[in-house]
Amino acid sequence: MADTGQVLVEHKFFSDLEEAFRPLVGGCAKMIIFEAGQYLFHDGDPAEWFYLVRYGRVALEVVAPGRATLTFQTIGESDVLGMFWLMPQSHWTHDARALELTHAIAINANCLRQKCERDHDLGYDLMKRFVPILLRRLESAQLQMLDVYGHSK
Amino acid sequence: MAIQNELTATLPITDPMLPRLTRVLVRRREGPETLTLELEAGAAAPAFLPGQFNMLYAFGIGEVAISMSGDPAVADRLVHTIRAVGETSTALTRLEAGDHVGVRGPFGAGWPMEAAYGCDVIVVAGGLGLAPLRPALYRILAERERYGKVVLLYGTRSPTDILYRHELERWRRRLDVQIEVTVDYANGPWHGHVGSVTTLIRRTDFDPLHGIAMVCGPETMMRVTALALKEAGLKEDAIYLSMERNMKCAIGFCGHCQFGPHFICKDGPVLRYDRLGDLLRLKEI
Ligand SMILES: Cc1cc2nc3c(=O)[nH]c(=O)nc-3n(C[C@H](O)[C@H](O)[C@H](O)COP(=O)(O)OP(=O)(O)OC[C@H]3O[C@@H](n4cnc5c(N)ncnc54)[C@H](O)[C@@H]3O)c2cc1C
Ligand code: FES
Repeated sequence: MADTGQVLVEHKFFSDLEEAFRPLVGGCAKMIIFEAGQYLFHDGDPAEWFYLVRYGRVALEVVAPGRATLTFQTIGESDVLGMFWLMPQSHWTHDARALELTHAIAINANCLRQKCERDHDLGYDLMKRFVPILLRRLESAQLQMLDVYGHSK
Repeated sequence: MAIQNELTATLPITDPMLPRLTRVLVRRREGPETLTLELEAGAAAPAFLPGQFNMLYAFGIGEVAISMSGDPAVADRLVHTIRAVGETSTALTRLEAGDHVGVRGPFGAGWPMEAAYGCDVIVVAGGLGLAPLRPALYRILAERERYGKVVLLYGTRSPTDILYRHELERWRRRLDVQIEVTVDYANGPWHGHVGSVTTLIRRTDFDPLHGIAMVCGPETMMRVTALALKEAGLKEDAIYLSMERNMKCAIGFCGHCQFGPHFICKDGPVLRYDRLGDLLRLKEI
Protein backbone atom coordinates (compact mmCIF):
# COMPACT_ATOMS: atom_id res chain seq x y z
CA MET A 1 0.00 0.00 0.00
CA ALA A 2 1.53 3.32 -1.07
CA ASP A 3 2.00 6.03 1.56
CA THR A 4 -0.76 8.70 1.28
CA GLY A 5 1.64 11.63 1.80
CA GLN A 6 3.84 10.35 -1.02
CA VAL A 7 0.91 9.76 -3.37
CA LEU A 8 -0.33 13.26 -2.53
CA VAL A 9 2.81 14.97 -3.85
CA GLU A 10 2.86 12.69 -6.88
CA HIS A 11 -0.41 14.35 -7.90
CA LYS A 12 0.11 17.46 -10.06
CA PHE A 13 -2.08 19.57 -7.77
CA PHE A 14 0.11 19.06 -4.69
CA SER A 15 3.43 18.31 -6.38
CA ASP A 16 5.09 21.41 -4.86
CA LEU A 17 3.34 21.26 -1.49
CA GLU A 18 5.68 22.44 1.27
CA GLU A 19 7.21 19.67 3.33
CA ALA A 20 5.61 21.06 6.51
CA PHE A 21 2.09 20.90 5.05
CA ARG A 22 2.32 17.36 3.70
CA PRO A 23 1.45 15.51 6.93
CA LEU A 24 -1.32 18.02 7.63
CA VAL A 25 -3.05 17.42 4.29
CA GLY A 26 -2.05 13.76 4.21
CA GLY A 27 -3.68 13.27 7.60
CA CYS A 28 -7.05 14.15 6.08
CA ALA A 29 -6.59 12.00 2.99
CA LYS A 30 -7.31 8.43 2.00
CA MET A 31 -6.90 6.48 -1.20
CA ILE A 32 -10.05 5.38 -2.93
CA ILE A 33 -11.05 3.41 -6.05
CA PHE A 34 -14.30 3.66 -8.00
CA GLU A 35 -15.40 1.05 -10.51
CA ALA A 36 -16.72 2.21 -13.89
CA GLY A 37 -20.31 3.29 -13.41
CA GLN A 38 -19.99 3.77 -9.64
CA TYR A 39 -21.14 7.08 -8.20
CA LEU A 40 -18.69 9.17 -6.15
CA PHE A 41 -21.60 11.15 -4.77
CA HIS A 42 -25.14 12.18 -5.62
CA ASP A 43 -26.92 15.49 -5.99
CA GLY A 44 -28.00 16.61 -2.50
CA ASP A 45 -25.37 14.61 -0.57
CA PRO A 46 -23.33 16.60 1.97
CA ALA A 47 -20.04 17.73 0.39
CA GLU A 48 -17.79 16.08 2.95
CA TRP A 49 -14.94 15.06 0.68
CA PHE A 50 -13.13 16.34 -2.36
CA TYR A 51 -11.06 14.25 -4.73
CA LEU A 52 -7.78 14.40 -6.57
CA VAL A 53 -8.13 12.07 -9.55
CA ARG A 54 -5.00 9.97 -10.12
CA TYR A 55 -6.24 7.83 -13.03
CA GLY A 56 -9.59 7.50 -14.72
CA ARG A 57 -12.38 9.84 -15.64
CA VAL A 58 -15.47 11.11 -13.85
CA ALA A 59 -18.59 12.66 -15.36
CA LEU A 60 -20.42 15.44 -13.54
CA GLU A 61 -24.10 15.08 -14.32
CA VAL A 62 -27.40 16.76 -13.67
CA VAL A 63 -30.74 15.10 -13.99
CA ALA A 64 -33.78 17.20 -14.82
CA PRO A 65 -37.23 15.63 -14.71
CA GLY A 66 -38.36 14.46 -18.12
CA ARG A 67 -34.94 15.01 -19.68
CA ALA A 68 -31.98 12.76 -20.33
CA THR A 69 -29.08 12.96 -17.88
CA LEU A 70 -26.82 15.80 -18.94
CA THR A 71 -23.04 15.68 -18.51
CA PHE A 72 -21.70 19.22 -18.16
CA GLN A 73 -18.09 18.45 -17.29
CA THR A 74 -15.63 15.59 -17.14
CA ILE A 75 -12.79 15.40 -14.65
CA GLY A 76 -9.73 13.43 -15.61
CA GLU A 77 -6.24 12.46 -14.62
CA SER A 78 -4.48 15.12 -12.50
CA ASP A 79 -7.70 17.11 -12.00
CA VAL A 80 -9.38 18.17 -8.79
CA LEU A 81 -12.99 17.27 -8.23
CA GLY A 82 -15.10 19.31 -5.85
CA MET A 83 -14.87 22.89 -4.69
CA PHE A 84 -17.77 22.79 -2.22
CA TRP A 85 -15.49 21.61 0.55
CA LEU A 86 -14.43 25.26 0.99
CA MET A 87 -17.87 26.10 2.36
CA PRO A 88 -18.95 24.35 5.56
CA GLN A 89 -22.29 22.57 5.54
CA SER A 90 -22.64 22.58 1.77
CA HIS A 91 -24.17 19.95 -0.47
CA TRP A 92 -23.42 18.66 -3.94
CA THR A 93 -25.68 20.05 -6.63
CA HIS A 94 -24.90 17.33 -9.17
CA ASP A 95 -23.98 13.67 -9.42
CA ALA A 96 -20.43 12.42 -10.04
CA ARG A 97 -20.09 9.06 -11.80
CA ALA A 98 -16.90 7.21 -12.72
CA LEU A 99 -16.82 6.61 -16.48
CA GLU A 100 -13.98 4.15 -16.10
CA LEU A 101 -11.99 2.58 -13.27
CA THR A 102 -10.90 5.64 -11.30
CA HIS A 103 -8.21 5.93 -8.65
CA ALA A 104 -8.43 9.03 -6.48
CA ILE A 105 -7.21 10.60 -3.28
CA ALA A 106 -10.21 11.61 -1.17
CA ILE A 107 -9.65 14.47 1.26
CA ASN A 108 -11.98 15.07 4.14
CA ALA A 109 -13.32 18.61 3.97
CA ASN A 110 -14.08 19.13 7.63
CA CYS A 111 -10.67 17.85 8.69
CA LEU A 112 -8.86 20.13 6.22
CA ARG A 113 -10.97 23.18 7.03
CA GLN A 114 -10.17 22.79 10.73
CA LYS A 115 -6.45 22.59 9.97
CA CYS A 116 -6.71 25.70 7.78
CA GLU A 117 -8.39 27.55 10.66
CA ARG A 118 -5.52 26.60 12.94
CA ASP A 119 -2.79 27.26 10.39
CA HIS A 120 -3.55 30.21 8.12
CA ASP A 121 -0.38 29.65 6.13
CA LEU A 122 -1.80 26.30 5.08
CA GLY A 123 -5.15 27.97 4.37
CA TYR A 124 -3.51 30.63 2.19
CA ASP A 125 -1.49 27.99 0.33
CA LEU A 126 -4.67 26.03 -0.42
CA MET A 127 -6.54 29.18 -1.44
CA LYS A 128 -3.83 29.97 -4.01
CA ARG A 129 -4.20 26.46 -5.41
CA PHE A 130 -7.98 26.40 -5.57
CA VAL A 131 -8.83 29.92 -6.77
CA PRO A 132 -7.23 29.54 -10.25
CA ILE A 133 -9.09 26.27 -10.75
CA LEU A 134 -12.34 27.90 -9.71
CA LEU A 135 -11.80 30.80 -12.09
CA ARG A 136 -10.92 28.51 -14.99
CA ARG A 137 -13.99 26.40 -14.36
CA LEU A 138 -16.04 29.60 -14.35
CA GLU A 139 -14.49 30.69 -17.64
CA SER A 140 -15.14 27.28 -19.13
CA ALA A 141 -18.75 27.30 -17.91
CA GLN A 142 -19.20 30.76 -19.41
CA LEU A 143 -18.04 29.54 -22.81
CA GLN A 144 -20.30 26.49 -22.61
CA MET A 145 -23.25 28.67 -21.61
CA LEU A 146 -22.64 31.03 -24.54
CA ASP A 147 -23.21 28.07 -26.85
CA VAL A 148 -20.68 29.56 -29.27
CA TYR A 149 -20.79 26.62 -31.67
CA GLY A 150 -24.52 26.75 -31.96
CA HIS A 151 -24.82 29.98 -33.89
CA SER A 152 -21.49 30.88 -35.38
CA LYS A 153 -18.51 29.26 -36.98
CA MET B 1 -22.88 21.49 -69.98
CA ALA B 2 -24.32 24.03 -72.42
CA ILE B 3 -23.93 26.84 -69.91
CA GLN B 4 -20.30 26.03 -69.38
CA ASN B 5 -19.62 26.05 -73.09
CA GLU B 6 -21.36 29.39 -73.53
CA LEU B 7 -19.58 30.99 -70.57
CA THR B 8 -16.12 29.71 -71.31
CA ALA B 9 -16.47 30.58 -74.98
CA THR B 10 -17.26 34.25 -74.32
CA LEU B 11 -15.39 35.23 -71.16
CA PRO B 12 -11.78 34.77 -70.02
CA ILE B 13 -11.66 31.96 -67.46
CA THR B 14 -8.88 33.67 -65.48
CA ASP B 15 -11.01 36.68 -64.45
CA PRO B 16 -11.07 36.35 -60.63
CA MET B 17 -14.57 37.83 -60.52
CA LEU B 18 -15.99 35.26 -62.90
CA PRO B 19 -17.26 32.02 -61.38
CA ARG B 20 -16.26 28.76 -63.03
CA LEU B 21 -19.19 26.49 -63.56
CA THR B 22 -18.88 23.20 -61.78
CA ARG B 23 -21.00 20.25 -60.67
CA VAL B 24 -21.74 18.58 -57.38
CA LEU B 25 -20.27 15.08 -57.39
CA VAL B 26 -21.04 13.98 -53.85
CA ARG B 27 -23.27 15.35 -51.09
CA ARG B 28 -22.68 14.04 -47.58
CA ARG B 29 -24.58 14.98 -44.44
CA GLU B 30 -22.29 15.82 -41.51
CA GLY B 31 -24.80 17.02 -38.92
CA PRO B 32 -28.24 18.52 -38.47
CA GLU B 33 -27.56 21.69 -40.54
CA THR B 34 -24.19 20.85 -42.01
CA LEU B 35 -23.11 18.95 -45.06
CA THR B 36 -20.10 18.42 -47.24
CA LEU B 37 -20.16 18.93 -50.99
CA GLU B 38 -17.53 17.45 -53.25
CA LEU B 39 -17.37 19.47 -56.44
CA GLU B 40 -15.78 18.61 -59.74
CA ALA B 41 -12.52 20.60 -59.82
CA GLY B 42 -12.08 20.70 -63.58
CA ALA B 43 -8.82 21.42 -65.36
CA ALA B 44 -9.13 25.16 -64.66
CA ALA B 45 -9.08 24.77 -60.87
CA PRO B 46 -5.78 26.00 -59.40
CA ALA B 47 -4.11 24.13 -56.54
CA PHE B 48 -4.97 25.51 -53.10
CA LEU B 49 -3.16 26.07 -49.84
CA PRO B 50 -4.57 24.81 -46.53
CA GLY B 51 -6.57 27.67 -45.00
CA GLN B 52 -7.72 29.23 -48.29
CA PHE B 53 -11.34 29.60 -49.31
CA ASN B 54 -13.52 29.66 -52.42
CA MET B 55 -16.49 31.88 -53.21
CA LEU B 56 -19.40 29.52 -53.96
CA TYR B 57 -22.22 30.89 -56.05
CA ALA B 58 -25.72 29.45 -55.69
CA PHE B 59 -27.23 30.57 -58.98
CA GLY B 60 -29.84 33.30 -58.70
CA ILE B 61 -29.39 33.54 -54.94
CA GLY B 62 -25.96 34.66 -53.86
CA GLU B 63 -22.30 34.02 -53.32
CA VAL B 64 -20.54 33.20 -50.03
CA ALA B 65 -17.04 32.43 -48.80
CA ILE B 66 -16.56 28.76 -47.92
CA SER B 67 -13.25 27.27 -46.79
CA MET B 68 -11.48 24.53 -48.62
CA SER B 69 -11.86 21.50 -46.36
CA GLY B 70 -10.47 18.70 -48.50
CA ASP B 71 -7.04 17.21 -49.02
CA PRO B 72 -4.80 19.67 -50.92
CA ALA B 73 -3.07 16.68 -52.54
CA VAL B 74 -6.29 15.60 -54.25
CA ALA B 75 -6.61 17.70 -57.38
CA ASP B 76 -9.76 16.40 -59.03
CA ARG B 77 -12.30 17.68 -56.51
CA LEU B 78 -13.05 20.65 -54.30
CA VAL B 79 -14.39 19.74 -50.89
CA HIS B 80 -16.50 22.21 -48.90
CA THR B 81 -18.35 21.76 -45.62
CA ILE B 82 -21.27 24.15 -45.35
CA ARG B 83 -23.63 25.02 -42.54
CA ALA B 84 -27.02 26.42 -43.48
CA VAL B 85 -27.35 29.76 -41.67
CA GLY B 86 -28.96 32.09 -44.24
CA GLU B 87 -30.35 32.15 -47.73
CA THR B 88 -27.22 31.38 -49.74
CA SER B 89 -25.70 28.79 -47.46
CA THR B 90 -29.09 27.06 -47.20
CA ALA B 91 -29.38 27.01 -50.99
CA LEU B 92 -25.91 25.45 -51.21
CA THR B 93 -26.84 22.76 -48.71
CA ARG B 94 -29.86 21.86 -50.83
CA LEU B 95 -27.79 21.07 -53.91
CA GLU B 96 -27.86 17.46 -55.04
CA ALA B 97 -25.30 15.41 -56.95
CA GLY B 98 -25.31 16.63 -60.54
CA ASP B 99 -26.50 20.20 -59.71
CA HIS B 100 -24.46 23.16 -60.88
CA VAL B 101 -22.64 25.68 -58.71
CA GLY B 102 -20.32 28.62 -59.48
CA VAL B 103 -16.84 28.71 -57.97
CA ARG B 104 -14.27 31.50 -57.69
CA GLY B 105 -10.97 30.99 -55.96
CA PRO B 106 -8.99 29.84 -54.16
CA PHE B 107 -8.38 33.08 -52.28
CA GLY B 108 -6.52 34.33 -49.24
CA ALA B 109 -3.51 33.55 -47.12
CA GLY B 110 -3.41 30.08 -45.59
CA TRP B 111 -1.94 28.35 -42.55
CA PRO B 112 1.83 28.67 -41.90
CA MET B 113 2.67 25.17 -43.09
CA GLU B 114 6.35 25.86 -43.80
CA ALA B 115 6.91 28.09 -40.76
CA ALA B 116 5.73 25.14 -38.67
CA TYR B 117 8.44 22.77 -39.93
CA GLY B 118 10.36 21.42 -36.95
CA CYS B 119 7.79 22.77 -34.47
CA ASP B 120 5.22 21.16 -32.22
CA VAL B 121 1.89 21.96 -33.91
CA ILE B 122 -1.18 22.61 -31.77
CA VAL B 123 -4.31 22.70 -33.89
CA VAL B 124 -7.32 24.06 -31.99
CA ALA B 125 -10.69 23.87 -33.71
CA GLY B 126 -14.11 24.95 -32.52
CA GLY B 127 -17.30 23.70 -34.20
CA LEU B 128 -17.24 24.23 -37.95
CA GLY B 129 -13.75 25.72 -37.52
CA LEU B 130 -12.45 22.18 -38.04
CA ALA B 131 -13.30 22.49 -41.77
CA PRO B 132 -10.57 25.04 -42.71
CA LEU B 133 -8.09 23.20 -40.48
CA ARG B 134 -8.61 19.80 -42.05
CA PRO B 135 -6.46 20.54 -45.14
CA ALA B 136 -3.64 21.59 -42.79
CA LEU B 137 -3.98 18.28 -40.95
CA TYR B 138 -3.93 16.31 -44.22
CA ARG B 139 -0.75 18.14 -45.21
CA ILE B 140 0.92 17.63 -41.81
CA LEU B 141 0.08 13.93 -41.77
CA ALA B 142 1.38 13.53 -45.33
CA GLU B 143 4.67 15.14 -44.30
CA ARG B 144 4.64 13.89 -40.73
CA GLU B 145 8.43 13.72 -40.40
CA ARG B 146 8.75 17.48 -40.94
CA TYR B 147 6.85 18.37 -37.74
CA GLY B 148 7.37 17.84 -34.02
CA LYS B 149 4.51 16.73 -31.80
CA VAL B 150 1.12 17.15 -33.50
CA VAL B 151 -2.01 17.72 -31.42
CA LEU B 152 -5.57 18.38 -32.50
CA LEU B 153 -7.83 19.80 -29.80
CA TYR B 154 -11.39 19.96 -31.06
CA GLY B 155 -14.33 21.43 -29.18
CA THR B 156 -17.90 21.26 -30.34
CA ARG B 157 -21.40 21.52 -29.02
CA SER B 158 -22.44 17.91 -28.39
CA PRO B 159 -21.46 14.42 -29.59
CA THR B 160 -23.95 14.59 -32.49
CA ASP B 161 -22.21 17.75 -33.79
CA ILE B 162 -18.78 16.14 -34.16
CA LEU B 163 -17.56 16.82 -37.67
CA TYR B 164 -15.63 14.22 -39.71
CA ARG B 165 -16.08 11.65 -36.95
CA HIS B 166 -14.79 8.67 -38.92
CA GLU B 167 -11.69 10.53 -39.95
CA LEU B 168 -11.00 11.65 -36.37
CA GLU B 169 -11.37 8.04 -35.23
CA ARG B 170 -8.97 6.90 -37.95
CA TRP B 171 -6.38 9.54 -37.05
CA ARG B 172 -6.72 8.71 -33.39
CA ARG B 173 -5.52 5.17 -34.12
CA ARG B 174 -2.22 6.58 -35.40
CA LEU B 175 0.56 6.72 -32.84
CA ASP B 176 2.11 9.94 -34.14
CA VAL B 177 -0.75 12.36 -33.57
CA GLN B 178 -2.78 13.23 -30.47
CA ILE B 179 -6.48 13.85 -31.05
CA GLU B 180 -8.64 15.17 -28.21
CA VAL B 181 -12.32 15.97 -28.63
CA THR B 182 -14.45 17.78 -26.08
CA VAL B 183 -18.12 18.73 -26.14
CA ASP B 184 -20.01 21.45 -24.28
CA TYR B 185 -22.53 18.95 -23.04
CA ALA B 186 -23.43 15.30 -23.53
CA ASN B 187 -26.76 13.64 -22.94
CA GLY B 188 -26.11 10.21 -24.35
CA PRO B 189 -23.52 7.47 -24.14
CA TRP B 190 -20.41 9.68 -24.43
CA HIS B 191 -17.17 8.68 -22.74
CA GLY B 192 -15.00 11.54 -24.02
CA HIS B 193 -14.25 14.94 -22.50
CA VAL B 194 -16.94 17.42 -21.56
CA GLY B 195 -15.91 21.05 -21.05
CA SER B 196 -14.53 23.92 -23.09
CA VAL B 197 -11.62 23.45 -25.47
CA THR B 198 -9.43 25.64 -23.21
CA THR B 199 -9.47 22.88 -20.58
CA LEU B 200 -7.80 20.60 -23.15
CA ILE B 201 -5.05 23.15 -23.79
CA ARG B 202 -4.19 23.16 -20.10
CA ARG B 203 -3.89 19.38 -20.10
CA THR B 204 -1.67 19.16 -23.18
CA ASP B 205 2.12 18.96 -23.07
CA PHE B 206 4.01 20.66 -25.88
CA ASP B 207 7.16 22.68 -26.29
CA PRO B 208 6.03 26.32 -26.17
CA LEU B 209 9.41 27.61 -27.32
CA HIS B 210 9.24 25.53 -30.49
CA GLY B 211 5.50 25.40 -30.94
CA ILE B 212 3.01 26.91 -33.33
CA ALA B 213 -0.76 27.04 -32.95
CA MET B 214 -3.41 27.11 -35.67
CA VAL B 215 -6.81 28.12 -34.34
CA CYS B 216 -10.21 28.38 -36.01
CA GLY B 217 -13.66 28.70 -34.51
CA PRO B 218 -16.12 31.32 -33.32
CA GLU B 219 -14.36 34.57 -32.42
CA THR B 220 -15.13 34.29 -28.69
CA MET B 221 -13.64 30.81 -28.63
CA MET B 222 -10.53 31.99 -30.53
CA ARG B 223 -10.02 34.89 -28.10
CA VAL B 224 -9.99 32.69 -25.00
CA THR B 225 -8.02 29.98 -26.80
CA ALA B 226 -5.29 32.46 -27.74
CA LEU B 227 -5.09 33.58 -24.10
CA ALA B 228 -4.87 29.98 -22.87
CA LEU B 229 -2.11 29.28 -25.42
CA LYS B 230 -0.23 32.37 -24.22
CA GLU B 231 -0.59 31.17 -20.64
CA ALA B 232 0.87 27.85 -21.77
CA GLY B 233 3.92 29.77 -22.97
CA LEU B 234 3.37 30.26 -26.71
CA LYS B 235 4.43 33.62 -28.07
CA GLU B 236 1.84 35.78 -29.82
CA ASP B 237 3.68 35.48 -33.13
CA ALA B 238 3.35 31.68 -32.95
CA ILE B 239 -0.44 31.78 -32.76
CA TYR B 240 -2.43 31.94 -36.01
CA LEU B 241 -6.18 32.53 -36.21
CA SER B 242 -8.54 32.23 -39.16
CA MET B 243 -10.86 35.23 -39.21
CA GLU B 244 -14.28 35.51 -40.75
CA ARG B 245 -15.93 38.60 -42.23
CA ASN B 246 -18.59 38.93 -44.90
CA MET B 247 -17.06 38.95 -48.36
CA LYS B 248 -18.05 40.35 -51.71
CA CYS B 249 -15.16 40.59 -54.18
CA ALA B 250 -12.70 38.35 -52.23
CA ILE B 251 -9.77 39.99 -54.02
CA GLY B 252 -9.17 43.15 -51.99
CA PHE B 253 -11.20 45.60 -54.11
CA CYS B 254 -14.45 46.36 -52.35
CA GLY B 255 -13.44 46.78 -48.70
CA HIS B 256 -16.37 44.68 -47.51
CA CYS B 257 -14.22 42.42 -45.38
CA GLN B 258 -12.09 45.12 -43.78
CA PHE B 259 -10.97 44.39 -40.21
CA GLY B 260 -8.88 47.29 -38.91
CA PRO B 261 -5.98 47.63 -41.33
CA HIS B 262 -6.53 44.12 -42.74
CA PHE B 263 -8.62 42.92 -45.64
CA ILE B 264 -9.59 39.45 -44.48
CA CYS B 265 -9.98 38.17 -48.06
CA LYS B 266 -6.47 39.13 -49.10
CA ASP B 267 -4.31 39.51 -45.96
CA GLY B 268 -6.22 36.66 -44.26
CA PRO B 269 -8.28 34.76 -43.50
CA VAL B 270 -5.33 33.33 -41.53
CA LEU B 271 -3.65 36.09 -39.54
CA ARG B 272 -1.05 36.09 -36.81
CA TYR B 273 -2.36 36.88 -33.34
CA ASP B 274 0.24 39.57 -32.65
CA ARG B 275 -1.19 41.48 -35.60
CA LEU B 276 -4.76 41.01 -34.42
CA GLY B 277 -4.65 41.03 -30.63
CA ASP B 278 -6.11 44.50 -29.87
CA LEU B 279 -8.61 44.39 -32.73
CA LEU B 280 -10.11 41.23 -31.27
CA ARG B 281 -11.06 43.16 -28.17
CA LEU B 282 -12.87 45.95 -30.03
CA LYS B 283 -16.63 45.86 -30.31
CA GLU B 284 -18.45 46.66 -33.55
CA ILE B 285 -15.51 46.07 -35.85
C1 LIG C 1 -12.91 33.06 -45.06
C2 LIG C 1 -14.23 32.48 -44.71
C3 LIG C 1 -14.38 31.11 -44.70
C4 LIG C 1 -15.62 30.55 -44.40
N1 LIG C 1 -15.75 29.20 -44.40
C5 LIG C 1 -16.97 28.64 -44.19
C6 LIG C 1 -17.14 27.23 -44.28
O1 LIG C 1 -16.21 26.48 -44.54
N2 LIG C 1 -18.37 26.75 -44.08
C7 LIG C 1 -19.45 27.56 -43.77
O2 LIG C 1 -20.56 27.04 -43.62
N3 LIG C 1 -19.29 28.88 -43.66
C8 LIG C 1 -18.10 29.44 -43.88
N4 LIG C 1 -17.95 30.80 -43.81
C9 LIG C 1 -19.11 31.60 -43.40
C10 LIG C 1 -20.05 31.88 -44.55
O3 LIG C 1 -19.40 32.62 -45.54
C11 LIG C 1 -21.24 32.66 -43.99
O4 LIG C 1 -21.92 31.82 -43.13
C12 LIG C 1 -22.13 33.18 -45.09
O5 LIG C 1 -22.05 34.56 -45.12
C13 LIG C 1 -23.58 32.82 -44.92
O6 LIG C 1 -24.30 33.44 -45.96
P1 LIG C 1 -25.85 33.35 -46.05
O7 LIG C 1 -26.30 34.17 -47.20
O8 LIG C 1 -26.29 31.94 -46.04
O9 LIG C 1 -26.36 33.99 -44.72
P2 LIG C 1 -26.43 35.54 -44.38
O10 LIG C 1 -27.62 36.13 -45.04
O11 LIG C 1 -25.09 36.16 -44.61
O12 LIG C 1 -26.70 35.43 -42.85
C14 LIG C 1 -27.96 34.91 -42.37
C15 LIG C 1 -27.93 34.88 -40.88
O13 LIG C 1 -26.90 34.00 -40.44
C16 LIG C 1 -25.96 34.68 -39.64
N5 LIG C 1 -24.63 34.23 -40.03
C17 LIG C 1 -23.85 34.70 -41.04
N6 LIG C 1 -22.70 34.04 -41.09
C18 LIG C 1 -22.74 33.14 -40.11
C19 LIG C 1 -21.85 32.14 -39.66
N7 LIG C 1 -20.66 31.94 -40.19
N8 LIG C 1 -22.25 31.36 -38.65
C20 LIG C 1 -23.45 31.53 -38.07
N9 LIG C 1 -24.32 32.47 -38.43
C21 LIG C 1 -23.98 33.25 -39.43
C22 LIG C 1 -26.15 36.16 -39.94
O14 LIG C 1 -25.83 36.93 -38.79
C23 LIG C 1 -27.60 36.24 -40.25
O15 LIG C 1 -28.38 36.34 -39.09
C24 LIG C 1 -16.72 31.38 -44.09
C25 LIG C 1 -16.56 32.77 -44.10
C26 LIG C 1 -15.34 33.31 -44.41
C27 LIG C 1 -15.18 34.78 -44.41
S1 FES D 1 -14.21 41.07 -49.94
FE1 FES D 1 -13.80 42.82 -51.15
S2 FES D 1 -12.05 43.60 -50.20
FE2 FES D 1 -12.33 41.73 -49.18
